[in-house]
Amino acid sequence: MHELSIANSILEAVQAEAARRGGVCVRSVGVRVGEWSGVVPEALEFGFEALVKDTAWKSLKLQIERCPRRQRCTACGHEFAVDGYEWNCPACNSSQTVPISGDELEIAYLEVEGP
Amino acid sequence: MNRVPVEKKVLSENDRIAAELRTKFREHGILCLNFISSPGAGKTSLLERTLEGLPREARVAVLTGDIQTDNDAQRVARFGFPVRQITTGGTCHLDARMIERALAEWRLEDLDLLLIENVGNLVCPASYDLGEAAKIVVLSVAEGEDKPLKYPAIFFKSELLVLNKLDLLPFVPFDIAAARENARRVHPGMEILEVSCTSREGLCAWQKWMEKRRAAFREEIAAPAG
Ligand SMILES: Nc1nc2c(ncn2[C@@H]2O[C@H](COP(=O)(O)OP(=O)(O)OP(=O)(O)O)[C@@H](O)[C@H]2O)c(=O)[nH]1
Ligand SMILES: [Mg+2]
Ligand SMILES: [Zn+2]
Repeated sequence: MHELSIANSILEAVQAEAARRGGVCVRSVGVRVGEWSGVVPEALEFGFEALVKDTAWKSLKLQIERCPRRQRCTACGHEFAVDGYEWNCPACNSSQTVPISGDELEIAYLEVEGP
Repeated sequence: MNRVPVEKKVLSENDRIAAELRTKFREHGILCLNFISSPGAGKTSLLERTLEGLPREARVAVLTGDIQTDNDAQRVARFGFPVRQITTGGTCHLDARMIERALAEWRLEDLDLLLIENVGNLVCPASYDLGEAAKIVVLSVAEGEDKPLKYPAIFFKSELLVLNKLDLLPFVPFDIAAARENARRVHPGMEILEVSCTSREGLCAWQKWMEKRRAAFREEIAAPAG
């Protein structure tokens, strides 16, 4: 599983951001994980805890937001969650839809101490 | 407590290198294909059959990724084209930096096809862009027709599904129509080929697919960007 290397990339990004902001104390990091990103949220949590344990970053919390696969209809603009692999637009039944979420593997925010 | 937005891809460093590679491949007219499957589905076998069918002067090179051993590179090297093994030493996928390093000693001017065999794994390689023009997923009939539904990410992201080991159909319970249907539920319109690297059934269609894909790539890079 590659969740440990993903966890490591997240920690490195947090460290870089913290340094860039003059060494602020980061309490938590918010991460978006798409349903089809190839990353299992539970495994990522586990990998992250193992990674920061017994280090200076042990109190850093990982907050995962799961993002389901969503599509936008190019015919009518409707946005919908793909449920049970139903790709056609539920509003107008068009098959012309494009992905808008579900692949993310992104750092969304940091919660830092201070004013 | 203060919430500050970051908006950064976790794999932004990988994506940056992959984008550089993609630009380089386009500049040099190299079609790069990333072959992904679970262990043993037949990636190396399909590469062997592919190289075997190419003329000696074909400007093709191969990178094979494995956690350990250079067995695959040795198998592929028999055909006389440049091959390099990437041994990941435990990592379950190739990443863009490994590709960048492996290419450093090759003259890209001399190539127009680069075939990359990823580490045997249907999950992790889906997250790592290698700068390829297309991912190709190989599924053998011994693995079960439900795999597209269990590993949707890789089937969604791959342009082509190669169903391999057709010769085993009499011996394993595998509903090929259901496999095709499942793949297209996950990825509507997905291209699907059925082959056997052992009996060579279906390899003509595979060769044609490659020719068509290479022609499409040449057209794509000849067209003005935008
Ligand atoms: N019966 C049958 N066996 C095949 C076929 N293609 C490959 N094999 C066999 O399946 C085994 C695995 O094939 P490989 O080509 O090494 O598979 P791979 O995907 O490269 O495996 P890894 O690199 O270890 O992930 C070998 O013993 C092949 O001879 C096929 O079409 N039919
Ligand atoms: Mg192999
Ligand atoms: Zn619609």
